[in-house]
Amino acid sequence: MSKLRSPNVVFRIFILLLCAAMPVIAPLVGEPYWVDIFMRVMIWAIAAISLDLILGFGGMVSFGHAMFLGIGGYTFGILAYYEITNGFIQWPLALLFSGVIGAVVGAICIRTKGVYFIMITLAFAQMIYFLGVSAEEFGSDDGMTIYDRSQFAIGSVSLDLGDPLIFYYFTFALMLVVLWLVQKIVNSRFGMVIRGMQSNEGRMTAIGFDPFRYKLVCFVIAGVICGLAGILMANAEDFISPDMMHWTKSGELIFMVVLGGMGTVFGPVTGSLVFLFLSEILSNITHNWHLIFGPFLVLVVLFARRGIDGLFSKREKPDA
Amino acid sequence: MDFVLLAEQALNGVQLGILLFLLAAGLTLVFGIMDFVNLAHGSFYMLGAFLFATFYTWTGSFMLGILFGIPATLVVGVVAEITCLRTLYARNHLDQVLATFGLILFFNQLVQVIWPLDGLSVPMPEFLDGSVNLGLGIEYPVYRLMIIISGLAVAFGMFFLVTRTRLGMLIRAGASNRTMAGALGVDINLLFTCVFGLGAALAGLAGMLVMPIIQATSGMGEQILILAFVVIVIGGIGSIRGAFIAAIIAGIIDTLGRSFLDVFLLLLLPENAAEAAGPALSSMLIYILMAGVLFFRPQGLFPPQQR
Amino acid sequence: MKLRNFMGIASAMALTAIPASAMAEPIKIGFVTTLTTGAAVIGKDQQNAVNLAIEHMGAKMGGRDVKIIFGDDEFNPQKGKQKTEKLVKRDKVDIVAGYIWSHVLMASAKTVLDSGKILISANAGPSPLAGKRCNKNFFNISWQNDQTPMALGEVLNQRRVESIYVLAPNYAAGKNMVAGVERTFKGKVLGKDMTKWPTQIDWAAEFTKVKAAHPDAVFTFYPGKHGGAFIKQYQQAGLTGRIPLYSVYTIDSIGLPKMQKAKLKGVLGTYMTQMWAPDMKNAQNKRFVADFKKKHGTYPSFYAAQAYDSMFFIKSAVDAVGGKIADTDGMRAALEKADFASVRGAMSMGKNHFPVQNFYLRKVVTDSEGNWTTAIQDTVYTNHVDPYAKDCKM
Repeated sequence: MSKLRSPNVVFRIFILLLCAAMPVIAPLVGEPYWVDIFMRVMIWAIAAISLDLILGFGGMVSFGHAMFLGIGGYTFGILAYYEITNGFIQWPLALLFSGVIGAVVGAICIRTKGVYFIMITLAFAQMIYFLGVSAEEFGSDDGMTIYDRSQFAIGSVSLDLGDPLIFYYFTFALMLVVLWLVQKIVNSRFGMVIRGMQSNEGRMTAIGFDPFRYKLVCFVIAGVICGLAGILMANAEDFISPDMMHWTKSGELIFMVVLGGMGTVFGPVTGSLVFLFLSEILSNITHNWHLIFGPFLVLVVLFARRGIDGLFSKREKPDA
Repeated sequence: MDFVLLAEQALNGVQLGILLFLLAAGLTLVFGIMDFVNLAHGSFYMLGAFLFATFYTWTGSFMLGILFGIPATLVVGVVAEITCLRTLYARNHLDQVLATFGLILFFNQLVQVIWPLDGLSVPMPEFLDGSVNLGLGIEYPVYRLMIIISGLAVAFGMFFLVTRTRLGMLIRAGASNRTMAGALGVDINLLFTCVFGLGAALAGLAGMLVMPIIQATSGMGEQILILAFVVIVIGGIGSIRGAFIAAIIAGIIDTLGRSFLDVFLLLLLPENAAEAAGPALSSMLIYILMAGVLFFRPQGLFPPQQR
Repeated sequence: MKLRNFMGIASAMALTAIPASAMAEPIKIGFVTTLTTGAAVIGKDQQNAVNLAIEHMGAKMGGRDVKIIFGDDEFNPQKGKQKTEKLVKRDKVDIVAGYIWSHVLMASAKTVLDSGKILISANAGPSPLAGKRCNKNFFNISWQNDQTPMALGEVLNQRRVESIYVLAPNYAAGKNMVAGVERTFKGKVLGKDMTKWPTQIDWAAEFTKVKAAHPDAVFTFYPGKHGGAFIKQYQQAGLTGRIPLYSVYTIDSIGLPKMQKAKLKGVLGTYMTQMWAPDMKNAQNKRFVADFKKKHGTYPSFYAAQAYDSMFFIKSAVDAVGGKIADTDGMRAALEKADFASVRGAMSMGKNHFPVQNFYLRKVVTDSEGNWTTAIQDTVYTNHVDPYAKDCKM
């Protein structure tokens, strides 16, 4: 029961409270712009949590996860372009596409392992990226501004995502839901199998679990959650572009997961927060901020491999 | 289809392939022998170009620029290896990917700080300027022909090095079974540093060769880096022969795709869409090929002898 | 009589005293341009011009101090949008200007316009903002993308060019440029290659196609560093001297010194169209070019000229509203008058908030000191209105 007051838990509650209170805190300290930063932190956190599911728990290093951001974002954007602004149509379709493409891509990629898995996920992400670039009608490389956010209305009750405050708390709620969902998955029987696969796939197969099927389902779930992040991102930025799916974005996602602590449910939230805030602060100091940020990333990998979560807890390393 | 057009585009494809090979060769050696994924390999390509331009400005000579540029890039590679990359050999691939990703960011920005903002350029040397008639009505720029010839020379040099010299034997032994080679008394650390430096120098050479055609700018390594990775996966990690063949295939597919795919697409799509889709889809082709290879023959087309 | 005078003066003083504290605050202008990546030379040129303009006007507009906050778009629409957000929401600038690239502007415009602030483009002139998506708070002080190539199309007709091959990058501005030349050119377009922007910098495959097509001329648009590489490869492919090259925004004062140093062939004597050139004789331009050359050692580019103009353009409006930049309606009315001395000479503001101005034929020549520069040869269009103005429902 001392777990409840361990520094880790306190830290996590602090972060969540910070997110919840930001729309109040920010104007008080005269920095209303922080609300926008935290909005982005939460959206990226959702994407990073989904990646952690397959990366941290499943041991699948996907260098193409950002493709789902694009799938979610573009589905929403294309529908909006054709004046379909009903969220009840846009969002389920976007999630459906994320799931379907996740299934197709996963079915091919999961047949490979190790560095080949990295390369082939990268390849698929590049293919979808180039598909976005070739989409002349939807702006190709320039991207496309979206003039109407998703409308959710049942009868006379409506959710106005155009209102920044409402949208902020809507995103916050979604992040909490995703956290809860992933926590449930990871601690369920399914989650145990996945984690077992990462630990020792041979043994799991010997017990009778089909690694392919379990990994595939995990991959699809991660894809759908990331697609959700994609729709949120497109709504928040009023803009979609192939850049959302660029391989460097996938790299940044992996970083957020590692930075926060791979293989923990909450780690990606911390990772997203630190990553985005650090980028923000550094880019204000100098235009050449990558000069500092690059080595920082290297140092994290070399010396703080278990991420921020690793600083707090003395976890057993999972079997290699 | 115009024969001359096809022939010239094929030559363009081979030229691109040769450049890819120079990059892929170093990459596949480092990956195959040291099991090290180096995302920052493209940075050596970029640094080679910048160093070459600087030496050219100092000496005024194209040849001297290359002569100084190659060892300079090699030194940069060795320094990077000794200072931070060495510790990553023992780590898993993910760590290597992340650390070298951070290095890319650093190098890209470093180049903007040290050298002028809009990059550097090197003019074409007089004796390599202009086009030459290759017969059958084909006219091809001399310089690009020179790239093809240099690349082939390097390929033969590599082949000779790996199969006929002691160093090559050590490299093959290290690729085959690192531990055993070490147990037999080979200084593995030194060997790795040599291989890494060689890889960096090759990448730098590729950067130098493209200088007169394009300008050296920050970030120029990324695009070609991904292609180089695709090439070594298709060719077989650790295999120079595989890298060569895969690179030529990749170069030809990319070039022919860019040239003829939009014509083909015009049959199916309206004009605007075909014009934009052409180059984009031709970029996709090489990834589709890689996905196919990974699916059917994951070890690549010409993998090196197994451990 | 005296009492009324006194009352008048007293009330006037009272009125001016109240906002005095607000007037003491400096005016903050956000300027978004490219300060990193290979395209940063253009951004630096603009930055230099903006700083020179502020210096020339004594760093004051409407009696208030002026502060410029530069934002780096990193040559990327998403980053440019984020920087714009920062300027508007965090730095709380009074007005936003800049934007070299059409795709960055298209991504960022909504952020500024939604906040009710005025946005002034000092370069990018994408067609949507000139036509369907024109906005009362958006002004362009450079040109609409289609206009310059339209002028070039006219030039091609005048020179009896019958067929062209088109090479341009596949992004918003590139598409506009091609649309522009196709609008006025009466001959045949034998081939068109829209290359991947900004990653494609090797045109070997495309030049081979050009050679196979045998056009009378090649039309191209490659801004920034691509221009230099393009000209180089054009020469290497053996096309220089064989197939004349006509360009827009490809050869400019930023690239010319390097091209001259590299002794590139096929640059001197080439033609292009623009609404300004360094050799224009009006007083504002003379001072601008002379001081720019003195400070930076090179001729300013058209990017710089437009950035310089944008500052004086804003100043004219701020002066007109007596420093009360928060009075958006007043600012807008003043900006629509465009009553300021532009380095391009006479111009007026169209009803879609894009300039109505002349376009000239320019040629690359050597100046009295032997430096390569561009000089005006002829006027192609007088008081030209862009083709999208009619789509704007303002």
